[in-house]
Amino acid sequence: MRALKFLIPLLLFAAIAVFLYQGLSRDPREIPSPLIGKPAPDFSLPVLSDLSKTWSPAQLKGQVWLLNVWGSWCTACQIEHPLLLNIAQEKLLPIVGLAWKDMPENAKAWLVKLGDPYQPTVVDFKGKVAIDYGVYGAPETFLIDKQGVIRFKHVGPITTQLIQNKLRPLVQSLQAQIDTKP
Amino acid sequence: MTVAENEQRLKTLSEELRCLVCQNQTLADSNADLAVDLRNQVKALIEQGKSDAQIKEYLVARYGDFVLYKPPVQRNTWLLWFGPFAMLLLGAVIWRRIQRRSNLGSNVASSAASGAASGAASDAASSAASNAAIESQESRARLDEAAKLLRD
Repeated sequence: MRALKFLIPLLLFAAIAVFLYQGLSRDPREIPSPLIGKPAPDFSLPVLSDLSKTWSPAQLKGQVWLLNVWGSWCTACQIEHPLLLNIAQEKLLPIVGLAWKDMPENAKAWLVKLGDPYQPTVVDFKGKVAIDYGVYGAPETFLIDKQGVIRFKHVGPITTQLIQNKLRPLVQSLQAQIDTKP
Repeated sequence: MTVAENEQRLKTLSEELRCLVCQNQTLADSNADLAVDLRNQVKALIEQGKSDAQIKEYLVARYGDFVLYKPPVQRNTWLLWFGPFAMLLLGAVIWRRIQRRSNLGSNVASSAASGAASGAASDAASSAASNAAIESQESRARLDEAAKLLRD
């Protein structure tokens, strides 16, 4: 018992070290979303290519799709953009763009310059839909399943690793699911 | 409800809510775009006649508990809320034990009239204290280091 007493500071130190070490690998910007497993909030927003038309998630019911929040003012969005173009080219799943607090003309110019992976892009000029999705920093990406439930969310630019290790397997397993709801 | 009352409610509410972009600021303090949007949203909800609890619920449903500066008392925050008191209690118990032991030590010393025992006891105590000091200095340094890394 006596000998063990000398171990107490060591154990305390080890406990502190473990907690601090965990803290190092954690991204404080990554806030767990309460929306995972919940139905994707409904909306109806103007389509960028033709502002007189509107688009709502019901149009993709029965499909697995990606909602990508971006803005022409967002530099990090440019980093992930080629990867989104790849996904679109490969036809892995439809990607819907949400131009967050962006001027339609700027958003259009951005897509002309960098390519357009979105079908379609909707315009959330006031950012109200973004609030419903708990968006706090572009880019953000939501994966929505056939029943319209949010299955996965990523904050920040998506990466090749993320697509390979997480997104692709998840998309494929969700696509393989049989649509139970009429 | 008057406009002034609503303003006051918006102010108190946004002081309890976190800006998610600049995480160490409240919604009231922050001028980030999103904070402005969220303040407007809170204002709109107040004008719709929603209660403070309903407004907080609205934000928690979208952004999670993180949006609240004062985390709710629930299973996964028990450690956060009661941990410090548990540590205080633990400290008190340890302190009592050490006190009792050193009392015992000095009693033995006086009755046996041997200075050696008390000397040894106080030596042990002081070395334990200096160990603790070194320990806390070390963990302090580690914390600083970690904080620096995080900043980088």
